Amino acid sequence: MTVLLEARSISKYFGGVQALKDVSLTINEGEIYGLIGPNGAGKTTFFNVLTGLYQRDGGDIAFADKPLRLSSPHEVANVGIARTFQNIRLFANMTARENVMVGRHLRTRAGVFGAVFRDRRTRAEEAALRRRADELLHYVGIEHRADDIARHLSYGDQRRLEIARALATDPKLLALDEPAAGMNATETEALKTLIEGLRADGLTVLLIEHDVRLVMGLCDRVAVLDYGEKIAEDVPAHVQSNPKVIEAYLGGTA
Amino acid sequence: MTENHKSWLGMALIGFVLAIAPIVVGASLGNAWVRVLDFAALYIMLALGLNIVVGFAGLLDLGYIAFYAVGAYLYALLSSPHFGIHWPFWAVLPLGAMVAGMFGVLLGAPTLRLRGDYLAIVTLGFGEIIRIFLNNLNSPINITNGPKGIARIDPITLFGHPLSKSIDFAGITFTGVMLNYYLFVVLALGIVFVGIRLQDSRIGRAWVAIREDEVAAKACGINTRNIKLLAFAMGATFGGVSGGLFASFQEFVSPESFGLLESIMVLCMVVLGGMGHIPGVILGGLLLTILPEAFRQGAGPIQQAMFGEVLLDPEALRMLLFGMALIAVMLYRPAGLWPESRHRREMAK
Amino acid sequence: MDIFLQQLINGLTLGSIYALVALGYTMVYGILGLINFAHGEVVMIGALSSLTIIRPLADSGLPGPVVVLIGLFFAVLVCMALGFTVERVAYRPLRNAPRLAPLITAIGVSIVLQQLAMLIWGRSYHSVPALLPSGTHEVLGATFTEVQVIIVVVAAVTMMGLVLLVNRTRLGRAMRATAENPAIAGLMGVDANRIISLTFVIGSALAALAGVLVSANYGIAHYNMGFILGLKAFTAAVLGGIGNLAGAMVGGVLLGVIEALGAGYIGDLTGGVLGSHYQDVFAFFVLIGVLIFRPSGLMGEKVSERA
Repeated sequence: MTVLLEARSISKYFGGVQALKDVSLTINEGEIYGLIGPNGAGKTTFFNVLTGLYQRDGGDIAFADKPLRLSSPHEVANVGIARTFQNIRLFANMTARENVMVGRHLRTRAGVFGAVFRDRRTRAEEAALRRRADELLHYVGIEHRADDIARHLSYGDQRRLEIARALATDPKLLALDEPAAGMNATETEALKTLIEGLRADGLTVLLIEHDVRLVMGLCDRVAVLDYGEKIAEDVPAHVQSNPKVIEAYLGGTA
Repeated sequence: MTENHKSWLGMALIGFVLAIAPIVVGASLGNAWVRVLDFAALYIMLALGLNIVVGFAGLLDLGYIAFYAVGAYLYALLSSPHFGIHWPFWAVLPLGAMVAGMFGVLLGAPTLRLRGDYLAIVTLGFGEIIRIFLNNLNSPINITNGPKGIARIDPITLFGHPLSKSIDFAGITFTGVMLNYYLFVVLALGIVFVGIRLQDSRIGRAWVAIREDEVAAKACGINTRNIKLLAFAMGATFGGVSGGLFASFQEFVSPESFGLLESIMVLCMVVLGGMGHIPGVILGGLLLTILPEAFRQGAGPIQQAMFGEVLLDPEALRMLLFGMALIAVMLYRPAGLWPESRHRREMAK
Repeated sequence: MDIFLQQLINGLTLGSIYALVALGYTMVYGILGLINFAHGEVVMIGALSSLTIIRPLADSGLPGPVVVLIGLFFAVLVCMALGFTVERVAYRPLRNAPRLAPLITAIGVSIVLQQLAMLIWGRSYHSVPALLPSGTHEVLGATFTEVQVIIVVVAAVTMMGLVLLVNRTRLGRAMRATAENPAIAGLMGVDANRIISLTFVIGSALAALAGVLVSANYGIAHYNMGFILGLKAFTAAVLGGIGNLAGAMVGGVLLGVIEALGAGYIGDLTGGVLGSHYQDVFAFFVLIGVLIFRPSGLMGEKVSERA
């Protein structure tokens, strides 16, 4: 099995508070890796450090055998890590298709000259871009909403659109921050199918999730964070019976 | 009739109206009003430039007039007796655009990390700094001629004919103001075209994405720093072109024309018209050039007729109404008079 | 040495006025996160309305300081009413609107106030009668006037009063709670709307005082005096750390001193290339420098960027 992402002793401070304490984890290519933990355990902080939104205060990340230096989000996206947000962050007043097209910004080239003069190359790129956007909308199952303003989509469809937009960056690793939050059982089930499909198509998925059932049913391996520390990393069945994990979830104060 | 035919017909109609407007206005209201049309065209160019920065990319710039000043002064310095340099306009205007664009990047770069209202204040500061320098760079070396300004700037010469002189054609006398009008309208249409093309492009989408959600835009791989700088540069370029035209048209520039109030005026054209919506911005530019002028000319006589004397200074009254209109529009039509259909909802939420 | 001391004295005087105005910006920003662009105009209205009272009373035989006090009292009343109205009309309806909206209404208010002042008081510069003790004294080769002393002392006492109000009274506690989190303050029984109104009213009273002091300092008042003063005071607030009362005071004094020293020395520093008419540039450079390199200001807590 090849390692896709290796994070070594990541730490992050906010003022005097250490939000991440030497968190290390390894994600293999083609797996669905879950990151769980009680509220405030540092899951989203880890996500933000990984995707370059926060600068880490210590530790190294290697992605696809290359070190990922302290970098900005667009560079992280460029090497192949795409993400979604816990509280959906779409471009609310753009259409669904435009949202996905923005996601493809990195993989397209047209500049001001092309925009103004619409030369042959730009027209071809734009046409291909539209096609790709529609494919991705179809892939996540919302092609019928392509021309609707993102804000008008249902909650579940917005989640799907955000995934389509992330996929548009051609990622190797797709990081989903609580994708099932606020979904009903049917929507969650459909999401599960979608994520399994992604993996089947060769993508690696990092999943933060609250819905333990979803994580346990979907993930190959799971890491548990508590107070900024990794307290377990294993296959779901073992994690579930790990006393430290149970204590963390039941609110032990020790 | 097909859609295509319709839009061609519409464009022909607009072209016709634009072509005869100065003739009709000149004949009915006099040359002074043709001059107002000239300024309307200039302001629309400025407003469209600022619209890229404020409307598309969502960066609130209160010092935009600085780029107008850069274009105007560059034209004045390179095309007037002040230094005895008389470069032709086709060299000076593009140079002015470029230099203004560079200023845009230069002034934009340090402000990129700032939040909206801070950005507004810093750009305001930059605008004022440029004005203060224009005012004072007459010693020890006289560069800008200080508060007195630079006079006798060369008018634009097209086909050997300076646009300040009138010309007789087809039985109509085209005054210099009318000739300038046609030039301005052609360039303004060019800027409209560029604006529309940019909006519907990879770059334009990136701008709007930044306006909508900067964090998400970064996560989508957009280098927000570069894309914002590009917005500043494009906006400034348009400002520089309009500034050059202004200098050639007035044949005079002085720091007074580039105060904060001018920046605010242009911003208001964008905001009142409908941020990010090109037709709305054009409407805003037209209204805010023509209405205040009509008011300035009308307020005195109307008071005279009603009260037998001019009770309130028309100039102050004009600005007073302008300020109240700003407040009223923000309170009751926050997305502007003619907003983009989707933007309206965002501002109204 | 004497230039240095002289400019320090001038800077201190100007700086204490900036500080008074800066407090108004900082209090409003602390509670609403809004840059009250029109605050400088309130200072101007304060100066001109006090003048309306002072002028006719100047020759009435009343002692000068009493006349000034009466003028000040009137100006404070006018400005408090003005601050209250402005918040009600132009800001309150937009409290949940996108940030751009209240900023633009603030610009509108600023224009309206300036033009109203022009209609009421005209375009001309008004000279302010010298009613305060105006003797001059000399220390180490620098001169200072009694007016300057009065300005610094009055400003200092007023600011101490404000600090006591905010830190020691129920009202102050409610203000701090509202600034921290309006929703929770509301749950605790604080009427946020009332607190916000009060903040505007108090800030405007300080602005009125600043207006009276600044016109006494320069001996002149004008419908156009508010804007640049407001901008500098805002700079002072940002320099000290916006939202922070002590920061506004320190920032105000510091900016005054920087400006005065800068104007005093710029000629020497640049070999005569730039002169003291660049005085206004310093404030802008300070503003831009602070916002870029230390946006939280000297005394502000680090504000995390709105993610």
